[in-house]
Amino acid sequence: MAQLEIDNLSVEFRTRHGVVRALESVTLSVARGEIVGVVGESGSGKSVTAYTVMGLNDEAAEITSGRITMGGIDLLAARPEALRELRGREMAMIFQSPRTALNPIRKVGKQIEDVLLEHANLPRRNLKKAAIAALARVRIPDPERRAEAYPFELSGGMCQRVMIAMALACTPSVLIADEPTTGLDVTTQAVIMDLIRDMSRSTRMSTLLITHDLGLAGEYCDRIAVMHAGHIVEIAATETLLDHPAHPYTRQLLAATPVPDSRLYSLTSIPGQLPDLRSALPPCRFSGRCERHQPICDERELPWAQLSPAHIVRCRFPL
Amino acid sequence: MSLIVLARNTGYAFGENRLTLAAAVILALLALCALFGPSLAPFDPLTTAAAAKLAPPSTLHPFGTDALGRDILSRVIVAARLDLGMAISAVALSFLVGLALGSLAGYFGGWTDRIVGRVMDTIMAFPLFVLAMGIVVALGNSVLNIIIATMIINLPFYCRFARSAVNVRRDLGYVEAARMGGNGSLMVLLNHIVPNILPPMMVQASLNMGWAILNAAGLSFIGLGVRPPTPEWGIMVSEGASYIISGEWWAFMFPGAALVLAVFCFNMLGDGLRDLLDPRKRV
Amino acid sequence: MAPLLEARSLTKFYPIKRAARGAKLHAVDNVDLMIGAGESVGLVGESGCGKSTIVRLLGRLIDPTAGQILLDGEDITAMSQARFVSTPGRRRIQVVFQDATESLNPSFRAFQSIADPLKRLLGLRKGGEIAKRVRSTAALVGLPQELLQRYPHQLSGGQRARVGIARAIAVEPSLLILDEPTSALDVSVQAVILRLLADLRDRLAMSYLFVSHDLNVVRLLCSRVVVMYLGKIVEIAPAETLFTGPRHPYTQALVAAIPDPARRGEARPRLDGSPTSPIDPDPNACRFYGRCPKSADLCAEAMPPLRAVGPDHFAACHFALSPVGGNP
Repeated sequence: MAQLEIDNLSVEFRTRHGVVRALESVTLSVARGEIVGVVGESGSGKSVTAYTVMGLNDEAAEITSGRITMGGIDLLAARPEALRELRGREMAMIFQSPRTALNPIRKVGKQIEDVLLEHANLPRRNLKKAAIAALARVRIPDPERRAEAYPFELSGGMCQRVMIAMALACTPSVLIADEPTTGLDVTTQAVIMDLIRDMSRSTRMSTLLITHDLGLAGEYCDRIAVMHAGHIVEIAATETLLDHPAHPYTRQLLAATPVPDSRLYSLTSIPGQLPDLRSALPPCRFSGRCERHQPICDERELPWAQLSPAHIVRCRFPL
Repeated sequence: MSLIVLARNTGYAFGENRLTLAAAVILALLALCALFGPSLAPFDPLTTAAAAKLAPPSTLHPFGTDALGRDILSRVIVAARLDLGMAISAVALSFLVGLALGSLAGYFGGWTDRIVGRVMDTIMAFPLFVLAMGIVVALGNSVLNIIIATMIINLPFYCRFARSAVNVRRDLGYVEAARMGGNGSLMVLLNHIVPNILPPMMVQASLNMGWAILNAAGLSFIGLGVRPPTPEWGIMVSEGASYIISGEWWAFMFPGAALVLAVFCFNMLGDGLRDLLDPRKRV
Repeated sequence: MAPLLEARSLTKFYPIKRAARGAKLHAVDNVDLMIGAGESVGLVGESGCGKSTIVRLLGRLIDPTAGQILLDGEDITAMSQARFVSTPGRRRIQVVFQDATESLNPSFRAFQSIADPLKRLLGLRKGGEIAKRVRSTAALVGLPQELLQRYPHQLSGGQRARVGIARAIAVEPSLLILDEPTSALDVSVQAVILRLLADLRDRLAMSYLFVSHDLNVVRLLCSRVVVMYLGKIVEIAPAETLFTGPRHPYTQALVAAIPDPARRGEARPRLDGSPTSPIDPDPNACRFYGRCPKSADLCAEAMPPLRAVGPDHFAACHFALSPVGGNP
């Protein structure tokens, strides 16, 4: 059974300039110990998905349909107090820009202790040791000394490890990583991603990795979900997605992503722009940019096509 | 910015915020009073009439009369010119000088910054109103000296603002690009950086206007600066204050209300002005 | 053939105010670099390696502490950068900045941003002439004419990138330094901009110095790549050679860290830790010592010189003898 299930989720934002239909019918599941990547460009809705699962959305956000269940618990129906308890203990999130996500005026060891105090029911005298153990688990050298440091004294990579330590302190069953390595050097990125992967495997944690980097998702994820303009357009096992993409957008995204053996003139771009999410939209939000577009794509509701047990695509004319 | 674009943006900014619009309208009325005061006033503000002294508000004298029988409404209208005039002049001067000094200090740093900083620190070391009083006493009681005093005590405010605003922008990409594009330091400052700091500074100026009006009125209230019988809100409040106990409230209330209204409206205008001038809001 | 640009012993130290007397941050330390006419050179390295400082030094935005920069054989560091602005050399080196750091003036329309260097560097005065140049440059970078009247906040990321490029090439520079020009762009837009850059380079016969943290992108656009670490050059090689057969352990770690879907699940050697301090580093030790998997006694005793390890291939390592690792 999947640990995290998102079923037919739709989210709208009420803004001064209209209602933005940020997510529509998003369906996704993550099993125990699985790493699922959510890949998309800016405006695709991948961050909104992450924030909705954690319940961290802005007040202007409204969930107009759908269910999110974690370990059988309906997150959307939960009371705020119950949700707060779950957050940090059963589900955790790590963010982009680690240095800004940490409290700048509190020592990192103390910040981990705060998490433990809130969620782990440890007696106070064991907190400090547990915090140091958490730092050691993410392979921070000299954890006793580092626990006394402030975020500004640590490098970006180190701060991200602290954030991971905080997230994993209570061994959650679900981890959401929102662009965890954007802005970090490539060598640091490799170390952090290896760490996330190892922790995920060893604690059988369901991990949702949000990223714009298809190459990164390709190396670390078991399955990948591709998002475009608030829709999930394709979900498949990684090898299948990379070798046999079924959705035109996925194929174009792959063709536009530089990988080690790319050639400049084989890199293509994706024509057109994201549709305005405030306006009336056709059933398939990619239709304005799709080369396989047919009039019927704009008329009827967009179906899900199950190409194989693990491969679904939201397209009338999959490749 | 062409006039058409300005008008369109003005409509846009005011459409968004009714309060700003109301403030602007009231200020426009006050500006009218300032410009055409003497023609608008029903009575001569200086003519005394001992018989009608301290008459309560009536149809003939909507604001009543003061201790010398002068029509308060007329005096309030005519005083607008002086109060607004002094405040605007002082703020304008402070703004320009503060902008210049602060920009230079923020961009060049080093000794320029140190010297400007010390001068501003010296000004701020004094309680500002006391400093203003001292300047007026030293230079003599006159409208010009009130303006100078108000300008001096407001200078650090603009100077610091400009300095930090320029400092923040000095290392941004577009400034480096401007240097690459052949602009010398002064050109970079004038053409590339200053246009970007003007909008927030003008918002500050608008908020500062209220303070400047109070400052000028305050100096007159305590007897420095403007002398009777010149109509000026501060003096009028001062003169009218002595009659509160005897129940003749209108003598200080109406000029006081004019002061409050003017300060309030300038504050309200501040935000609207920022929306008007922010290039990011331009359509 | 004389190179277009040559940097000799280029050095930039920053004094540290609060630390011990005379302590200096070695941002760039004795760098020798050559860029030929029409050549595309990539510059890679991690944060703190000095590549941003190199951009500012070669772009003549700051003055070096020591060393020279020769443009067509002429020393352009003989005068301060303030003076350089008024020499004819200024227009020959231009920089395209990273889009994300507000490289366009928010109160300038696109037209003004592109026109400004034309006025200052080429001395164009007549409105008609300026407009003609701006329009033709906009056409060259694929920027629709009607977008010229827009402000940066009204343009998309890709459009802003084009304005930044137009502004730099309007004065027809010989060397274009590109500092992470596509890192803020979506991958679909990046592809277009990269192809545009390749086209422009060929059409306008410019040389490029392409600075990026994205090694895949550098590999696409550059013929030669320079790798920096803590202010020093550790390897220079033709692009393909660098990625398939790097010799310096740091480059090897860098190349191994590039995410590669083809290597899913493979455990690869990882470079952990952080660079040592750039403040007053030991001049007699390799900067990579301690973090390098090969760290030997020799490495702590002598700074390895940058020497040839193959055709056009240089590495600064005592053990850069046989190739190990790299991406095929």
